[in-house]
Amino acid sequence: MSRAEALPGRGRWLLPLFGNEVVTVFRRWRTLVLLGVLAAVPVLIGVAVRIETRDGGSVGPRGDGQGPAFLSQVTNNGLFLVFAALAATLPFFLPMAVGVVAGDSVAGEANSGTLRYLLVAPAGRSRLLLAKFTATMVFCLAATLVVAVSALVVGVLLFPLGEVTLISGTTVSFGEGLLRGLLIAGVVALSLVGIASLGLFVSTLTGSGIAAMATTVGVVITVQILDQFPQLHAIQPYLFPHYWMGFADLLRDPVYPDQIWRNLGLQGLYAGVFGSAAWARFTSKDVLA
Amino acid sequence: MSARIHPGRRTVRYAVPVAVAGVAAATIGIGTAIATSGDPDLPKISAQDLIAKVAGSDVQRMSGSVRVTSDLGLPSLPAGMSFGAAGKGAHGGASAAPDAKLTELVSGTHTLRLAADGPDRQRVSIVEPAAEYSLIHNGDQVWAYDSGSNTAYHSTQARHQDPGHTPATATPQELAKKALAAVDDTTSVTVDGTAKVAGRNAYRLTIKPKQSGTTVDAVRIAVDAKNGVPLRFTVTPKGGGKAAVDAVFTKISFSRPSASSFDFTPPKGTKVTEGKAGQQHHGTATPRGGDSKVIGKGWTSVVELKGPDKGIRPQSGKDSSRANALLNSFGSKVNGSFGSGRILSTRLVNVLLTEDGRVYAGAVDKDALVKAADSGK
Repeated sequence: MSRAEALPGRGRWLLPLFGNEVVTVFRRWRTLVLLGVLAAVPVLIGVAVRIETRDGGSVGPRGDGQGPAFLSQVTNNGLFLVFAALAATLPFFLPMAVGVVAGDSVAGEANSGTLRYLLVAPAGRSRLLLAKFTATMVFCLAATLVVAVSALVVGVLLFPLGEVTLISGTTVSFGEGLLRGLLIAGVVALSLVGIASLGLFVSTLTGSGIAAMATTVGVVITVQILDQFPQLHAIQPYLFPHYWMGFADLLRDPVYPDQIWRNLGLQGLYAGVFGSAAWARFTSKDVLA
Repeated sequence: MSARIHPGRRTVRYAVPVAVAGVAAATIGIGTAIATSGDPDLPKISAQDLIAKVAGSDVQRMSGSVRVTSDLGLPSLPAGMSFGAAGKGAHGGASAAPDAKLTELVSGTHTLRLAADGPDRQRVSIVEPAAEYSLIHNGDQVWAYDSGSNTAYHSTQARHQDPGHTPATATPQELAKKALAAVDDTTSVTVDGTAKVAGRNAYRLTIKPKQSGTTVDAVRIAVDAKNGVPLRFTVTPKGGGKAAVDAVFTKISFSRPSASSFDFTPPKGTKVTEGKAGQQHHGTATPRGGDSKVIGKGWTSVVELKGPDKGIRPQSGKDSSRANALLNSFGSKVNGSFGSGRILSTRLVNVLLTEDGRVYAGAVDKDALVKAADSGK
């Protein structure tokens, strides 16, 4: 499968390859369980808030605003459960799920011995890697949407809806609130690009799926911890989770986009560096198993 | 592409991620260099004309973001207490009252967002992670909304009240106006080149005290060359180092902000605290019933406060020993003909608490403070 032979049929191989990879990811039990756990988080938050505020009390022991972001506004408007659930899952649940899927993508196939059969197909390694990356991206979006939709359903069922008071104090229609929610889901999904690229790179380094997943999830936790130390402020703007919570800036009026652009730029940088590193590794490594 | 490639090409491929990282680093570096270089070329202007320009500025409509960095060198409080929390405590629990929030600006870096449309409608928000504190003034209504705790504060004020007294107390404009109002023969004012602030051309005005004994080295104000709006306000202390206060517009626009920015209706479920009309701006730091007088003039003026009772020491309760321990841990003891007391020092302001319950405070060094206390005796 030299480049010259693959050229004429290049387009034909692209779409089925992507489709194939996406189906492979979503047919795994592991993926479905991860999505199930993600869907359960908003239910848990919603029910807990509902129980605590059923006699008209406020969230938290003294209602002083301590605790997860947006939680205190959930009782005003069920839509805020979407934001609260995304804020609660973004630091750990979402990146962990993405780390598992991304870490498994190449290493898992190498582990089970299916990688070499994939390489027999005349698609080329670069395109196979691209397909794996795309499938991981699709999972990032799916995972975020599962959280958002589950939170929206729970929010509609348990809490009042109506006009949305943004965190700046101005009021917008429910439709605009929903639109901002959709934008936020998009930003959150894109926030996971960095960890997905990193996971893909780790996945090309090893032949063990478990090792790749553990390493990726370990990196997520380590970097999250590093992001907490004030003494490390010099390197923090370059850590991939640093601007994650910036999605909240979409709820200001007018929208305060600085952090969101910085976040997207940073995720793009991680995708560029680790994506190309994964490519360099994957296209030059010997696949024996 | 074959599965087996020449070993030399393997290492070449790793050059791609390295190159990507390198290009990114270079882009960031060049971006910073462009942002900081190039002071604009502007026609010369005298300090008097520039001050007149600031005073005559009649910009009514604007919106923008301000970054306020304060490094006053305040003593750090024991765990669990912060200056913001201390302010909150004075209002009895969680409250969206303005005084409590504004004290948070005293330390650290904060982003404020401002909008103004005439003297009747202004808003200022403190941008917090995933939350925002907004102070909205619209006609005779003053609302404060704290999205983090989902609480609101409401009060009505007379229409004729000085609008400058409402929201924006830490903006470059307010700070600059106060500083310029204090200019007299104890001060030298010079125009010190130009600068680019928030994409606008500005003159740099430097105000330096002529007197000795003050802790202020200089106050610098960047003034918009077109409309005289102060865009940056910096106070540097005598001790050198970072500015003690630096308020700078990172973005500014002089078009009319959208009318909806000034409307606030508390959402269902939000706890609203009602403030009494006209009472909302009493500082929390004023001692009850104490009277104050100013000793000296210009930069070295010292404020003397006489407490109604035995000074700053709490009289009773279990807090008193803790408060005393706190005072002992901050202050250094001084003696003079006024008696003895403790000096709490920050980078800009020194405060003398005497044993007999008087308080002297000013942007002056310790010797000047003791001298003022001696003369006040």
